[in-house]
Amino acid sequence: MQVIDLRGVKCPTNFVRAMLALEEMEIGAAVEFFLDDGEPVHNVPRSLEQAGHKLLGLTRAGDHFRLVVEKGEEAD
Amino acid sequence: MFTEEQIERYSRHIILKEIGGRGQKKLLDSRVLIIGVGGLGAPAALYLAAAGIGTIGIADADRVETSNLQRQVIHFTPDVGKPKVVSAKEKMTAINPDIRVVTHPTWVQADNILDIISDYDFIIDGTDSFATKFLINDACVLAAKPYSHCGVLGFAGQTITVLPRVSACCRCLFHEPPPPDTVPSCAQAGVIGVLPGLFGTIQATEAVKFLLGKGELLTDRLLFLDALEMRFQELNLERKPDCPLCGTTPTITELRDQLEAMTLCDLGKV
Repeated sequence: MQVIDLRGVKCPTNFVRAMLALEEMEIGAAVEFFLDDGEPVHNVPRSLEQAGHKLLGLTRAGDHFRLVVEKGEEAD
Repeated sequence: MFTEEQIERYSRHIILKEIGGRGQKKLLDSRVLIIGVGGLGAPAALYLAAAGIGTIGIADADRVETSNLQRQVIHFTPDVGKPKVVSAKEKMTAINPDIRVVTHPTWVQADNILDIISDYDFIIDGTDSFATKFLINDACVLAAKPYSHCGVLGFAGQTITVLPRVSACCRCLFHEPPPPDTVPSCAQAGVIGVLPGLFGTIQATEAVKFLLGKGELLTDRLLFLDALEMRFQELNLERKPDCPLCGTTPTITELRDQLEAMTLCDLGKV
């Protein structure tokens, strides 16, 4: 699974980068994003969900979060 | 594919599901021509430059005059006397050095317009003369170039988007331009400065939507605004089979200059 480190990337640039990465993927494929605590973990997952992607899991990993997302159909 | 700078610059576009990275790439690969960098062309040029339309042509033979500054917001006071295409290009590339601005320092006429428009995907009519508006309509229909028509005067304006041989063109509505002495010029009648701002941005919006292939264009609907009352109205239209240009038996098959195919303001001085 592709891993994209968005730590240190502010909102909404982290979301923009996530969306650009998802655009390049096949529908149904999954990707893992590293997100900072605070605004990023609060905003990015729900924004990706609103964009039609499926959230598969969000886990804390020390000072950051790991978000696994499956590319949705409507998002293409 | 995008540079770091582009991701930042276009982030509010890329976030939109109607645009995304692919849509922004399309805009960067697109070519729009703005005929007339006056009141309508000024906001259109600024917004399309900011939007990252990769190639923007601007056609105008005029120089900036003090009386332009009340509405032609791309030109600044120190630009008075400068060719409008030069003044406009400076602002467009200052807003966005990521784009290419092609200047056509000429009036569009029957003998050059087809050549000028041939390089572009979408045309914006930002001129102020009925004769030139009909010339642009005829050229765009004959060359199958989608375009945005607009006219403003006083507190009122109208605009429509034309997809040649798909939606109504200006000749479906009016077969001929009105006789020159029946229409006031903007020099004679005046125009409230914000009005071309409102309409030029509508024209730019149509260009972006066309290039993206998203939404519904302002086709077969003439949009009117009376800004004094602040009322928008729409007039539904359709292609006319007897249109002299895009009808079943067209009588206009080549371009000719209409009476005084320059500017209405010039006509006022005659």
